Amino acid sequence: MSESEMKQAKKVTFRGGGFITQRKRGVGVVVFVLLILLAEWGTRSGVISALTLPRPSDVAATFGELYASGLLFKHLIPSLTRLVIGASMGAVIGISVGVLIGLFSLARAGLVPLVAAIFPIPKIALLPLFVIWFGIDEASKYALIAFGTFTPTVVAAYAAVDNVDRSLIRMGQSFGLGWWSIVSKIVLPGAMPGILSGLRVSLTIAIILLVAAEMLGAEYGIGAYILEAGSLYDLERLFAGVVILSLLGVAVSSAIAALERRVLRWRV
Amino acid sequence: MDLRLDNISHHYGETEVLRDISLEIPSGQIVCLVGPSGCGKSTLLRLIGGLEEPGGGQVLQLGDAPEDCLNPLTYIFQDFALLPWRTVRGNIALALEDHRMGAAARDDIIADVLARTKLSEFADALPKQLSGGMKQRVAIARALAVRPAVMLMDEPLSALDSQTRELLMDDLVGLWTRQPFTAVYVTHNLAEAVRLGHKIVVLSRRPGQIREVVTLDTPLTDRAYGDAALEEQQQYLWGLMREEAAAADAELIHV
Ligand SMILES: Nc1ncnc2c1ncn2[C@@H]1O[C@H](COP(=O)(O)OP(=O)(O)O)[C@@H](O)[C@H]1O
Ligand SMILES: [Mg+2]
Repeated sequence: MSESEMKQAKKVTFRGGGFITQRKRGVGVVVFVLLILLAEWGTRSGVISALTLPRPSDVAATFGELYASGLLFKHLIPSLTRLVIGASMGAVIGISVGVLIGLFSLARAGLVPLVAAIFPIPKIALLPLFVIWFGIDEASKYALIAFGTFTPTVVAAYAAVDNVDRSLIRMGQSFGLGWWSIVSKIVLPGAMPGILSGLRVSLTIAIILLVAAEMLGAEYGIGAYILEAGSLYDLERLFAGVVILSLLGVAVSSAIAALERRVLRWRV
Repeated sequence: MDLRLDNISHHYGETEVLRDISLEIPSGQIVCLVGPSGCGKSTLLRLIGGLEEPGGGQVLQLGDAPEDCLNPLTYIFQDFALLPWRTVRGNIALALEDHRMGAAARDDIIADVLARTKLSEFADALPKQLSGGMKQRVAIARALAVRPAVMLMDEPLSALDSQTRELLMDDLVGLWTRQPFTAVYVTHNLAEAVRLGHKIVVLSRRPGQIREVVTLDTPLTDRAYGDAALEEQQQYLWGLMREEAAAADAELIHV
């Protein structure tokens, strides 16, 4: 007794913090604003020379002109059309092929090496080929974007199907469910989380390829606008275009996040 | 409908898992399979329900399943196997959707099994909102919905804490007393076996063989928690299993 009374009482230190992702609103915006303010301050004070980086306020002004002249939508609408058509073709075909690979051993044996062979090809390098195949018009642009979206989607989709809990499939079989019921009610919903996170990546790649697709024979389009500004070293316009692309990326990302919250409400 | 296992044996590659199992599963009885882990209990259950084909021997169905039976051999799994994206009602409906019946008939069945498993209030909950015990009750409701001739239960209570397990055992006894069902009940828990089994089949370690079949005559309703006679049976079973379990535990696993 007396011995324990003499011992010093020390609080057990807390060491279980961290390693948890929490939703913090607004922090992303703060990072953007800080960086922009820094650039603005740097270019105004001369720390950053005007040749290195355009002044954010000038970029904003260019953007304003673009909007006022009505050119913004003239560029944006064809780009969005290309993006939507190309990316949806790529995503739909990619998900279908990925699910087939996930379900059938024969498809897996035949197509996985092919996908692995296609994946590392920079799709931009194939642009001339697409022009020969599909012409200089819209079709070749759709094809390039679709092709670029296709490969990452396939890989994500079949990995997602592989990750579906086999015990659920067994359960379906044990209740005598038909093949189509098992696929549509167990495999596809179970693969949905993986497919959606794959789409996040492949739709971003689609935006990158949009610019590449507009390198050839596009009069209007964000990509065409950026490339033209780039060849003239018109940094303000270049950045105005880049900002549009970034906004597009953020929009796609938050659209998918919203979709995930809706479709994957069942997730723990 | 009775089931008969005829000299079942099974290999996975080089590993002999089951050897020469012959067993009768009479209608209206709960047959418990006990044995050390890895002795092939789950494998045997998969063979019985046709999820896998036996390497040797055969599983025979004696007589026809009752007319209204939708899925004669129905499993209840240890991990519940509920679809997380479907509500309780949706999970039960899943088992009925591939059978031709009117929406009203389906709703009647669902309402009936929900009431029998005391889940009526939770029909619209998602699995993630339920406790383990409730999830297993949903799985039991889903199994009851297809009016099985034989229920194949693979350690249905092993993922639950011991209090919940007691409650669910009472529920199972209640369900059986109101309407006797046939079941093969796999467990490594001897307390569950002596509580629920009309017949307890003790398997040896791998390759699983039948060591002994113990028949318990006490009606299920008279077997209370902590009953001395049951305790004695359990001791006896443990005596049979002890060495096997120790030897099985000491074996190297070749995967
Ligand atoms: N699909 C499988 N492929 C290969 N080996 C398996 C498979 N399933 C089970 N086994 C092996 O068979 C033995 C019996 O397994 P199991 O039936 O699950 O035992 P229990 O349910 O009695 O614990 C174990 O050694 C296990 O590793
Ligand atoms: Mg097992």
